[in-house]
Amino acid sequence: MNFDFSDDQRLLQEAVCKMLAETSTSVEVRHVLEGRKPYSDGVWHNLIGMGAAAAAIPEAYDGAGLGYLELCLVAEEAGRYLAAVPLSSTFYLAAEAILHGGSEAQKQRWLPAIARGELIATAALGSRETYLGQPALVFDGKTLNGTLPVLADGALAGLLVVRVGDDLVVAELKGAGVTCEALPSLDPTRPYARLGLSAVPAEKLAAAPGAVVAQRVLDGAAVLLAFEQVGGAARILDISREYSLERKAFGRQIGSFQALKHKMADIYTRNELARVHAYYGAWALSSDAPELARAAAAARVAATTAFNFAAEEGIEIHGGIGFTWEMDCHLYYRRARHLGQLLGSEHQWRARLAAELIKEAA
Amino acid sequence: MDFRDTPEEAEFRAQVRAWLAANGQKRNSADETFGEGLDDAAKLAAAKAWQAKKAKAGYAAITWPKEAGGLGGTPMQHVIYQQEEAAYVVPGMIFEVSIGMGLPTVMMWAAPELKARFLRPGISGQEIWCQLFSEPAAGSDTGGIRTRAEKQGEEWVISGQKVWTSGAHFCDYGILLTRTDWDKPKQEGLTMFIVDMKAPGVEIRPIHQMSGDSEFNEVFFTDVRIADKYRLGEVNGGWKVMLSTLMQERLSVGGNLPTDLHRHLIALARKCQWDGHPALEDARVRDRIADAYLQQQGVGLIISRGLTALSRGKTPGPEMAITKLVAAKAMQDISAFALELAGPEGMVGFEALGNDWRYMQRLWLGSPGARVAGGTDEVLRNVVAERVLGLPGEIRTDRKVPFRELAG
Repeated sequence: MNFDFSDDQRLLQEAVCKMLAETSTSVEVRHVLEGRKPYSDGVWHNLIGMGAAAAAIPEAYDGAGLGYLELCLVAEEAGRYLAAVPLSSTFYLAAEAILHGGSEAQKQRWLPAIARGELIATAALGSRETYLGQPALVFDGKTLNGTLPVLADGALAGLLVVRVGDDLVVAELKGAGVTCEALPSLDPTRPYARLGLSAVPAEKLAAAPGAVVAQRVLDGAAVLLAFEQVGGAARILDISREYSLERKAFGRQIGSFQALKHKMADIYTRNELARVHAYYGAWALSSDAPELARAAAAARVAATTAFNFAAEEGIEIHGGIGFTWEMDCHLYYRRARHLGQLLGSEHQWRARLAAELIKEAA
Repeated sequence: MDFRDTPEEAEFRAQVRAWLAANGQKRNSADETFGEGLDDAAKLAAAKAWQAKKAKAGYAAITWPKEAGGLGGTPMQHVIYQQEEAAYVVPGMIFEVSIGMGLPTVMMWAAPELKARFLRPGISGQEIWCQLFSEPAAGSDTGGIRTRAEKQGEEWVISGQKVWTSGAHFCDYGILLTRTDWDKPKQEGLTMFIVDMKAPGVEIRPIHQMSGDSEFNEVFFTDVRIADKYRLGEVNGGWKVMLSTLMQERLSVGGNLPTDLHRHLIALARKCQWDGHPALEDARVRDRIADAYLQQQGVGLIISRGLTALSRGKTPGPEMAITKLVAAKAMQDISAFALELAGPEGMVGFEALGNDWRYMQRLWLGSPGARVAGGTDEVLRNVVAERVLGLPGEIRTDRKVPFRELAG
């Protein structure tokens, strides 16, 4: 029985943790929050330079050639330090879609540029929930036309992988015919944009059907995002715990009151449940196990509920000061919500989990 | 990261499997229990026979040294044996206190001649042990016990009452925590003894549990005499002895939650109708199936992390306390939802409703006990808050006060 990461994997995690603690500081994240820069370019540069962001991209495409277990631990640290970078769009979604769905030529064309940090990418692999309506896109075999009403990191990306019907289509976004309008975001450290495409040159990813590739990529991304959520949830619990030991009321540290002790024990319990489901997802992802669909959905649901709960109760533990702009509590509150919605809500994944369980029990 | 055994673990597992296949009886269903259809005396005799067989093969006390009658094995081997044995119909909760608490305490604290007297008959199941700590006025607060031991010559005279004693009605010996000094603060005036459960003055009354079962007892002591040589540890050193007993539990990676509850839920939801459709098609039902899986698989995976620590020769940490906290509440929630699947019919006992319902109905009636036994949810939250998160302990007003004043 070895249900844990190896010492080498932990060393990489520690290095990423140290780098992010020094560079993805509250001050840095707030630069993005307050619109003074579109993303944390320095942090992004470091994640690329260390080979951390491209951990799961093979060396043949200029990646670090490590694997998903390493990328999971990178994700945990990115979540812990609220890294304001397009990690999920570029590496969990777009690069993975090209890796799983692209021809050799397509991989050679885009993956090295992504791995080296020369190209930020994003992906829209299909959502079952919408208010504005599904993207109205037409792919005629050579060009892509239409609009994407909401796209994460749309204004940062130079490359798009998008699901059109049963196909995955890839298009570069820096040429003519692309209009991009930044949208206000409830978590301004993670931006969204509206994209208009008019006769933009595009090509189909080789593997068919694209829908199957898309689901595999979404499952993997669910596991990786679960690690970001686990990291964020652990950090806001730490911050709240430390505050509860500093703050005194009624002549005592507020962390000595059982109501708060029990609340923090509950946060910890949910965090640990999320952590083990994420680990199990990491195992399934890295070993390409048939359990991946179930494990990914479970990790997604457990981690989404845990991070939202920790972020909500973190403010509550702080009391009034937790509701101020100056305290970091709201950064976690916003990020927890962003991560929980990004790949479809908890409810969609809960339904997917139940469907997998019922299928297995048949 | 990998769930497989190491080569050494795999070899041990293969030995255990072969031995169980040759000696045990495989389980047909999840809720099949040992000795169904036998009366109590016959069931106990069969249980003792099984334990003797297990002891002879070395599997009764795997982690104990060979000279004490064990196998000299690792905690991981103990866990592997338990995992394999779970597929067999074996006696439940008869020898656990002997092997897990009573005899280890004897091993740590008794004189050599007492070890020679008690250890082997205990391991082989000829003699069964119970643990006598809790009292009506001392549950979570064990330091508040009032059973009195007074020295008269070379003997101690015991008077008082214990409660929640598992299996006292079939036990031969017990480890008994008493108060020997009423003028010291609560935890400093306690002394531990070995007591003969058949001695004059010991009276055992079964507790009728809310589930209808009687697994626990009240034990009354009226001028029971114990020779001083049966004392474990120093006079007034009983608290330390008790902690050493409870420390034994740290190696158990606890929190038993059946791993197939969501499957039971799915099977029942297929058979129940909601608005003319199988309940299994309803999104609310499917949500709860997902929840059931998240809880039970989560507990299983936390235990896997504990096993990983054991496998690497480390001790699992206090964070394992959350397994029981999650498991007991999950049992209650999942079984309650199972009853709800049948709506108004859900209150009809399985004897009339059908055997499909037996498991969940028994779980529902048993789960309040699981939430209390071995630390209430609230005590466990304190354990997590204080020992894992390092938050301040509760404010205590009883630490320095002579117990006589607290008991007044």
